[in-house]
Amino acid sequence: MMRMVLGGGIALIFALAAVLSFFWTPFDVTVFDIANKIKTPTGLHPFGTDHFGRDILSMIMVGARISLAVALVAVGIGMGLGVPLGLWAAARRGGWVDELVMRFNDLVFAFPSLLIAVMITAIFGASAFNAILAIGIFNIPVFARLSRGAALSLWSREFILSARVAGKSSARISFEHILPNIANLLIVQGTIQFSLGILAEAGLSYIGLGVQPPTPSWGRMLADSQTLAALAPHLVLFPGFAIILTVLGLNLMGDGLRDMLDPRLKGIRS
Amino acid sequence: MMLRYALTRFVSLFLSLAVASVVIFLCIEIVPGDPASAMLGINASPETLAALRAELGLDQPKLLRYFDWVTGMLRGDLGISYTYRAPVAEIVADRIWVSFPLAVFALILSTAIAFPAGIWAARRRGSFGDTALMGLTQLGVAIPNFWFAVILVLIFAINLRWFSAGGFVGWDAGVFAALKSLTLPAIALALPQAAILTRVMRSSVIETLDADFMRTARAKGLSAAQAVRRHALRNALIPVLTIIGLQFSFLLAGGIIIENVFFLPGLGRLIFQAIAQRDLIVVESVVMLLVFAVIVVTFLVDLAYAWVDPRLRQRS
Repeated sequence: MMRMVLGGGIALIFALAAVLSFFWTPFDVTVFDIANKIKTPTGLHPFGTDHFGRDILSMIMVGARISLAVALVAVGIGMGLGVPLGLWAAARRGGWVDELVMRFNDLVFAFPSLLIAVMITAIFGASAFNAILAIGIFNIPVFARLSRGAALSLWSREFILSARVAGKSSARISFEHILPNIANLLIVQGTIQFSLGILAEAGLSYIGLGVQPPTPSWGRMLADSQTLAALAPHLVLFPGFAIILTVLGLNLMGDGLRDMLDPRLKGIRS
Repeated sequence: MMLRYALTRFVSLFLSLAVASVVIFLCIEIVPGDPASAMLGINASPETLAALRAELGLDQPKLLRYFDWVTGMLRGDLGISYTYRAPVAEIVADRIWVSFPLAVFALILSTAIAFPAGIWAARRRGSFGDTALMGLTQLGVAIPNFWFAVILVLIFAINLRWFSAGGFVGWDAGVFAALKSLTLPAIALALPQAAILTRVMRSSVIETLDADFMRTARAKGLSAAQAVRRHALRNALIPVLTIIGLQFSFLLAGGIIIENVFFLPGLGRLIFQAIAQRDLIVVESVVMLLVFAVIVVTFLVDLAYAWVDPRLRQRS
């Protein structure tokens, strides 16, 4: 419970910062102020300024938008396609649909998410949209496999049997009875994939395959400041802390949620 | 039984490779325009375009080109790179001696940290040391490896001057010097993997410690340490093996980012440069090579599974 509140609190702060950045940031991130470039943290600029004199705190707030949005939409794609696929496979367990879905999962798993991203950018060019697509595609088998596995064990339970006797179709059973029962699992996995998505987006933007300048993103900020790291470590430290804290917060929240929803697993599973 | 299991797994390995190659081929096919116009840009004259198309064999039917590509790869011919003007196979052969040792180095580091740490924490479940270690692994999972890489460079290359900040001296400079230039990248790659593996190892050992056979082992007179060594570890290894197999593919692909931080001339940097120069033949072949490595490693892990756990052999 403690972990969930702490983790959720951290994640919420970044989410609020992202929302706030639409209305207000300490400084305008689209304006260069070369006279004040690479300033170490002061009262006016608590996190310092970058090589264009932009306020790092403001950049991190605006960057939070991209990081959170990309990861969130990617989880949405993964759940939106993966869960129905998994439920369908479980409803037709042992049949060709099941086999096809499972083989599709194996195939996508053979392409590490970074490679999918590389392929997509090689074909369509680098953009935030393509980063979402790459991370989202990788999320599909994660959710398909999870919901199939969880649904399979439910299909043999009495309450599902009584629903079948009542004449409900397997599609209706999947959505009315199975989905609500695996929702807990999906939410926990969703937080984990969300935090992985943030790391993936940061990595892609860092090597220039994600969000394109001038849009600030945490990964891009790190890439832009890498050569200056020796002169001004704060340029590298603060965007890094933003990524670490958000991911840590989400992971703690996911762990806490899982313990709360399924106390049997407390302290055993990693 | 083991042979039959291996055979069925081999057939599925072959099918996965076949499907993956079709997917990669089609991905490159749907590039707006075709690879030739993508390489030359919009200002190319029709003559140069036609010449490049003929050179790349793009005037041939798709099916024929696919078979040429696949049979070429089987013979070790990965095509000619447009930007390097050299056979892709030769370029790859050079670079694989950076990426592969790097991935193996990182894997060894992460296993060497995770095994003892995971077992240690499992045996002290709930203690202060266990909680502290699990807190550390939470942090390790949350740290992006490329950020960690930059911090490592700041501390060990720029401030302490123990290592160079990047580049690869090559194996000709001696094994020690070569490994030294791979050390910081390997640590950066290994950190998050070690954190994940420690957690998996710990929970896996805890589960087997609670198993009935462990009580039996203690009852027949083995000490706790003996019981862990002889019975718990072998059983705990099964989930750990899956993760190690998965991690190898992450380490190979993760090289794309880490090699760029350290300017290492490996496959990751090659693929990255090839994208920037729109050298699609290199992208196509290197992606296929990496996917091939991932699928083969998965296959080997499946076999290792069956070897560790005889129950799996019977099931198929």
